[in-house]
Amino acid sequence: MLADPHPARIVRDPPREGEGKTPLLTLSGISKSFPGVRALHDVALSLYPGQVTALIGENGAGKSTLVKILTGIYQPDAGEINVAGAAVNLPTAHAAFERGITAIHQETVLFDELSVAENIFLGHAPKTRFGTIDWGTMRSQAREVLDAMGAAHIDPDTRLKDLGIANKHLVAVGRAMSIDARIVIMDEPTAALSAKEIEELFLLIEFLKGDGKAVLFISHKFDEIYRIADRYTVFRDGEMVGEGLLKDTSQGDIVKLMVGRSVDHIFPQREAHIGAPVLKISGLSHPTEFDDIGFELRKGEILGFYGLVGAGRSEVMQAIAGITRTSRGSITLEGEAIAPRSAADSIEKGIVYVPEERGKQGVVIGMPIFQNVSLPSLKRTSKSGLLRLAEEFALARKYTERLDLRAASLSQDVGTLSGGNQQKVVIAKWLATAPKVIILDEPTKGIDIGSKAAVHGFMAELVAQGLSVIMVSSELPEILGMSDRVVVMREGRIVAVHENKGLDAETLVRTAAGIVAQ
Amino acid sequence: MSATETPHGRHIPDRLDRPLRSAVFSWEALLIAVAISIFAVNSFASPYFLDAWSLSDLTFNFTEKALIALAMALLIISGEIDLSVAAIIALASTMMGMAVQFGVGTSGLVAIGIGVGLACGAFNGLLVTRLGLPSIVVTIGTMSLFRGVAFIILGDQAYKGYPESFAFFGQGYVWWVVSFELVLFLGAAVIYYVILHRTSFGRRVFAIGNNPVAAQFSGVRVERIKFILFCLTGLMSGIAAVLITSRLGSTRPSIAQGYELEVITMVVLGGVSILGGAGSIPGVVLAALIMGLVTFGLGLLNVPGIVMSIFIGLLLILVIALPIVWRRLMKERPA
Amino acid sequence: MNALLKNREIWLLAAILLLIGLISTRYGAFASPRNLANVFNDTSILMILALGQMVVILTRSIDLSMASNLAFTGMVVAMINAAYPAVPVPLLMLIAAGVGLALGVFNGALVWKLGIPSIVVTLGTLTIYRGATFVISGGAWVNADKMSPAFIGLQRMQMLGIPLLSWIALAVIASFFVLLTRTPLGRSFYAIGVNPTASVYAGIDVGRTKFVAFCISGLVAGICGYLWVSRYVIASVEIANGYELNIIAACVIGGISIAGGIGSVGGAVLGALFLGIISSALPLINISPFWQMAISGSAIILAVVLNARGERRQGRIILKKAEAI
Repeated sequence: MLADPHPARIVRDPPREGEGKTPLLTLSGISKSFPGVRALHDVALSLYPGQVTALIGENGAGKSTLVKILTGIYQPDAGEINVAGAAVNLPTAHAAFERGITAIHQETVLFDELSVAENIFLGHAPKTRFGTIDWGTMRSQAREVLDAMGAAHIDPDTRLKDLGIANKHLVAVGRAMSIDARIVIMDEPTAALSAKEIEELFLLIEFLKGDGKAVLFISHKFDEIYRIADRYTVFRDGEMVGEGLLKDTSQGDIVKLMVGRSVDHIFPQREAHIGAPVLKISGLSHPTEFDDIGFELRKGEILGFYGLVGAGRSEVMQAIAGITRTSRGSITLEGEAIAPRSAADSIEKGIVYVPEERGKQGVVIGMPIFQNVSLPSLKRTSKSGLLRLAEEFALARKYTERLDLRAASLSQDVGTLSGGNQQKVVIAKWLATAPKVIILDEPTKGIDIGSKAAVHGFMAELVAQGLSVIMVSSELPEILGMSDRVVVMREGRIVAVHENKGLDAETLVRTAAGIVAQ
Repeated sequence: MSATETPHGRHIPDRLDRPLRSAVFSWEALLIAVAISIFAVNSFASPYFLDAWSLSDLTFNFTEKALIALAMALLIISGEIDLSVAAIIALASTMMGMAVQFGVGTSGLVAIGIGVGLACGAFNGLLVTRLGLPSIVVTIGTMSLFRGVAFIILGDQAYKGYPESFAFFGQGYVWWVVSFELVLFLGAAVIYYVILHRTSFGRRVFAIGNNPVAAQFSGVRVERIKFILFCLTGLMSGIAAVLITSRLGSTRPSIAQGYELEVITMVVLGGVSILGGAGSIPGVVLAALIMGLVTFGLGLLNVPGIVMSIFIGLLLILVIALPIVWRRLMKERPA
Repeated sequence: MNALLKNREIWLLAAILLLIGLISTRYGAFASPRNLANVFNDTSILMILALGQMVVILTRSIDLSMASNLAFTGMVVAMINAAYPAVPVPLLMLIAAGVGLALGVFNGALVWKLGIPSIVVTLGTLTIYRGATFVISGGAWVNADKMSPAFIGLQRMQMLGIPLLSWIALAVIASFFVLLTRTPLGRSFYAIGVNPTASVYAGIDVGRTKFVAFCISGLVAGICGYLWVSRYVIASVEIANGYELNIIAACVIGGISIAGGIGSVGGAVLGALFLGIISSALPLINISPFWQMAISGSAIILAVVLNARGERRQGRIILKKAEAI
């Protein structure tokens, strides 16, 4: 498996045609639903040996669900998975691993405290004749694997946590190589890499191609996709909407496939009544996350924040909400300079942040709906520290019913609700604090169409009442359908601010990805 | 339930009519059943049990530990733990004993006992919240440190000579057979019930235990609340130190050895999740009563204390394991 | 060199050497090989127990019942020896190992099959096992005159001038070293502690591995049951009461993370030695042995603070320029 010592430096033939060759992996008719959400519907995908297939789609298009099916985490409701011509089941993560399917995703496959060699060989380490682990052989084999990949600079004895993210990726690939994986899935591998590291990763992918692996490459960045991939498959709303060879397809065509949408969701019609500036941010900076952020939010306005995943939008919003600290810059709310040091501070001042990570940061599972809603407003619903349940129920009812929450009762554990309904509880919770500014981070991520409509309708209502909204979203239709103005961020900086008049999706995608207009 | 008209959506009731079943199968109900059965067994097993003074003596078996368990329950619900409570008792008692040598009077002794407890709790709280250290390890450390200081001061000596009026706290009766300790415990139980179940502070404690990140995002000052909880646990340990010292009339550095595990057993038996986020004060009070009944009943039967601990240990594992096994059996049974 | 400085064990070793040096200035003979060998022998049981505890802690669990297990097993073998002095001591050691293992299996099964948090399970068995010690003994002691000379003498037998107890400790250290660094099982203890999710991907059964960890801590506690009663020539309900915390203290000082996945055989051994040196040195340098508890408490707190500093997490890097720094 490690025949060529320096294959990464070999210039390969131009990508061969996929047609005519047998795919290594084919998916057909795959469907997967979660309560209230149809994540995948009848999708197909083919991966060819020695070729890189880019999987392209917006957030919520079903990419991560597909990856989880391929790696044995989720079981599809319907459909067939074929590996090398034979239908297979992938009931567990380990089963997928044994079929030679590996995902390069450091958090789920690597061990920070163990050495590089061990990360590569855990579970299939070379043994001595006494059945003990043969560290010597393991180290030298790890060395071989790393050298073959062009990663000679990584010492097999280093603890993984002492490596940078780029090198961790290399180790993950090394692990895939060591089990002779035939299908390698790379889910946003370049998200936190520098330009130089990305180049190194590409050399590595070239090496995998040369070795006959089938690579599934998931990225939002078009320059990368065109640089490394041979084929593309586009997902939209859980369906496969197009596939083909990249050399025959322009970026514009792919953007159209991504954003073109059936008329299943109509955004609320509204007349914007925009007033004076409410929130003014200037020069806001953080040592590693964002730099020199400045913008204005006006009364009754929905300000969209668009960018690729990892552009630093959530980080900026969390800083404004007092959750993380900034190194420089000022926040002015209604003419008064504020410096919130905690979420409690900012809520008191009238700025609330509705987080993206619903399960981790939003709902308190294990507590009933009404207690979730009243949590940030306890000061108002209680009297000298004593709870007043009637007030809490009234508050919870007021907001959850406006959001059309579907629940049997307000005393139900919030964990028993579907994702969409949990999101309504989360939004209700922060709205109930009667804020002046509400920041919604990916407010409709992973929720069903019905809940989406309820959330959008409600946002329109809020601004009509004079509230100001910042909406961070990676979904183009949402950005275009809801925003009055759109701020675009890339790599921790604001790169453009557009009035949402005649703004088109392609412009936004290009600015966010840094593609120069043709 | 008011059926207010709202412009949007459908009406959602506050709560569904709670079926009798869920009340019957609640943890507290289970504990009441256990307590009643033990009470019944005790009354049959020993003719001396059903006597006002016997029952009064029974309460001394648990009041001191149960006072700490009240605060510990809040701490464990918030996702932390304090293993140093017994060591705090030792240190607080030693300090009181030292003060006696300098002629400090009863009220001064009480203030010192409670003050030392509070200071120790604050020390734990600072280490956990300011330095972000895991409370289980921090309090294993301070457990050795606090008791260690008591050993340094006292060695193999004992302090005696507490003023006569000091004896009231651990030995006095408020009315007939009702001891001061029992009244104090009942009063504290009501206060803690109100704090945990009736105040916004208690609500925030639950929120922290269930999801500290979401609680923080929702404007709960997580670190501050945890710090207060460590202080409360220290405070209650200080109060317990006053009671025990008063009851025994002497201080040795080995005082209250092993109490921390009994206190935690009480809390867990009371239905508080060791993982945080769930629990109730009535449950803890019932668990304290059960532990008192078991030890006292077995004591009447001349069963040595160490054997009683088997029953406590078994009780702890059984009450947690049985519901799990039960749920599993119910699941496997075809509908 | 850099890697060497990052190594926790090196720092702990340096601290121990410094400690020995300091003690030697007050009591010159302390650093003599003879005396150090004695300290090692005195610390043998704690080292063995700390190694067993470490395996459990690596898997993000804790075993509070080890000292009670030790007391129960010690009582069992002492009573057998008192009643049937003819039973050979090696067989008694096997019995001790078997009894200890059985108690460990009980802990492990509750953790694995019922998913009860280990702290709750072992808090319960801590009292159960010690109570059971009372039940089987009726509260009576088994002391020197009831034990056979072989029972008491075996671990005192000298080989190459070193008592057998020390040899046993060395053998246990060596086997844990092989187990934890050279066997797939040993590595899976680390793996499930570092990243349980990734362990599942790698085909490791997390629950079963925890179960095995409890079997090991039980087995080790059982063996120490025999060693303890034969060393201190007494078996009673009270032996090693509260010792579970010393065991955990040795682990914490040895740099074993209570959050799981981090720790080494060297660390556990050095952590135990640190405590052992303090306890044997205090009387020699005229410090009251009553200082020992406070010193080990401070050492634990210091060790946790230092370990926490070494594990600071890094934030996300988005800005390209920040990366260069």
